[in-house]
Amino acid sequence: MNTMDKQSKPDLLVVDNLVKYFPVRSGLLQRVNAWVQAVDKVSFAVKKGETLGLVGESGCGKTTVGRTLLRLVEPTSGSVSFEGKDILKMGSRELKPLRRDMQIIFQDPYASLNPRMPIGESVMEGLHIHKIGQPKERWEIAINMLKKVGLEEYHARRYPHEFSGGQRQRIGIARALAMNPKFIVCDEPVSALDVSIQSQVLNILKDLQSEFGLTYLFIAHNLSVVEHISDRVAVMYLGKMVELTDRESLYREPLHPYTKALLSAIPVAHPGQTKERTILKGDVPSPLNPPTGCRFHTRCPIAVSQCSQEEPQFKEVRPGHFVACWLAE
Amino acid sequence: MAIAQLDSETLSTIKEESWFVIVGRRFIRHKLAVVGMVIILIFILTAIFANVLAPFDPYKQNLAPSYSNPSGEHLLGTDELGRDVFSRLLYAARISMFVTVFVNFVAETIGVFVGAISGYFGKWVDAVIQRVVEFLLTLPTLPLLLFFSAMLRGMTIPGLPDEWSKAIIISLVLIAFGWLGSTRLVRGMVLSLREQEFVQAARALGASDWKIITNHMIPNSLAPVIVNLTLGLGGTIVLEAALSFLGFGITPPVPTWGNMLQNVQERMWQQPWLAFYPGLCIFLTSLSFNYIGDGLRDALDPRLKL
Repeated sequence: MNTMDKQSKPDLLVVDNLVKYFPVRSGLLQRVNAWVQAVDKVSFAVKKGETLGLVGESGCGKTTVGRTLLRLVEPTSGSVSFEGKDILKMGSRELKPLRRDMQIIFQDPYASLNPRMPIGESVMEGLHIHKIGQPKERWEIAINMLKKVGLEEYHARRYPHEFSGGQRQRIGIARALAMNPKFIVCDEPVSALDVSIQSQVLNILKDLQSEFGLTYLFIAHNLSVVEHISDRVAVMYLGKMVELTDRESLYREPLHPYTKALLSAIPVAHPGQTKERTILKGDVPSPLNPPTGCRFHTRCPIAVSQCSQEEPQFKEVRPGHFVACWLAE
Repeated sequence: MAIAQLDSETLSTIKEESWFVIVGRRFIRHKLAVVGMVIILIFILTAIFANVLAPFDPYKQNLAPSYSNPSGEHLLGTDELGRDVFSRLLYAARISMFVTVFVNFVAETIGVFVGAISGYFGKWVDAVIQRVVEFLLTLPTLPLLLFFSAMLRGMTIPGLPDEWSKAIIISLVLIAFGWLGSTRLVRGMVLSLREQEFVQAARALGASDWKIITNHMIPNSLAPVIVNLTLGLGGTIVLEAALSFLGFGITPPVPTWGNMLQNVQERMWQQPWLAFYPGLCIFLTSLSFNYIGDGLRDALDPRLKL
């Protein structure tokens, strides 16, 4: 399948030991008395032309990862290299041309467009910032992008509140696309939409990917959506990446107990069919004070004593299959 | 909406001016705002053409007919020095309108930018600006205004006629204390806007801080500022009157609506119109500005269907 030849493709984006701790301040002097360990030593690579799905529960740090890649959130440490250049070391001047190559699509279609700006202007904004073309050309590019996502020219002068959620999400896509980027972070782009609109937006994303050769980091918490769109899938738990492999192996034979639990939670459409459920006990521990050793050991059904003491490395146990678990061989 | 019916060819030819056309069309639907606009325009025109419209020299004293009742010759009668009240009212519009409009537009503009910078950059920038604002707000305004006007009273701006240099100095004093309210207002708005995804999107597009502030923060926080501005316009007229009343504002013989009102205190019961007409002017101006503000706020909000 094409997964194989995608695996042989070069890395577009390499993330190495990315860490983001948010300070918790309190008291009169606003002293930092704790750190939220939102992302802790996460490493992965995104290959050119692929879609890497990033899944995990709410609050596991997947959105923070996505925003850090674009420097919307400044990371605590680590490195992110895009086409061989470390973007975390860049000053704002060096970063600006890179903004054209890396874009983001947001989760909330109601908050992601400026309510006081006609959507045509919003789509043109990036072109304007980077001084691409004359005003007339920019307008044409914007209209062209709107048409690509199924909107018409007369929509361009309307304001965001005149559109539905799905339409706004598509406008957000057009805005990202107008920059002609290479890489797009899709931050839960469909989780705020209803199911019929979800597939429409997903299909637009897929079509655009093949038309423009885009690379996606697709953040989601819905495993079916991720299965539909991704070539490879990464699973995060409490700021750590626990498993990363191609879609087929992840859904067929997950190695990490957390991934197994997640997959067993996908509802089955057939009424007669039963499947084994792994139900996790308890809540996700607080990222303020994560468990020692493997962060999952407090809820892991197969944890052994080693798990609470030593942290497992995120290593390649099979070709292209990374897992962070002592018990995965 | 009407723009939806335009065909694509017309649409592509419409560029910058269409925004004004849309806002104008929406503004016209607000009847009271239009009435307010007409009144303000009349006041502005009379202020500009006061020298043509005024039947008498507003400074010319004629003690013989002092405190005369309204008549064919003196439409609104004369004051204690026999000056024609109607003419003085026209000339007063110049100073009063100028001070009000100048003070508020400058103060609100400063407030909007300082507030947006404070809220957007946060951290120590915000801390410093807010402490300064809080400090200034704790000071009692009127005594301070008196202090500054007294200090600057002797000052004149070279090259300007005396009444204008007085008007500008008093304006600057009023501006110094006028930007505080809108600063806090805009800062609050910007603090909530800053976290919204469209701002993140603009940053991801590579927009500079300045672009984000001017294109995203300020347009979205303008609605309460416009309300604040229109309330301020009325307030400044009264404040200027208060300063003049205490003898620290623009002092006679230069007429302003404020000091005309003050001048007639003792004669209010004998010649009530002497107080009534300057009062009416202040009242109409401040009311009109308020309605214009209402109309503008609604017209500028694309989410409101009008």
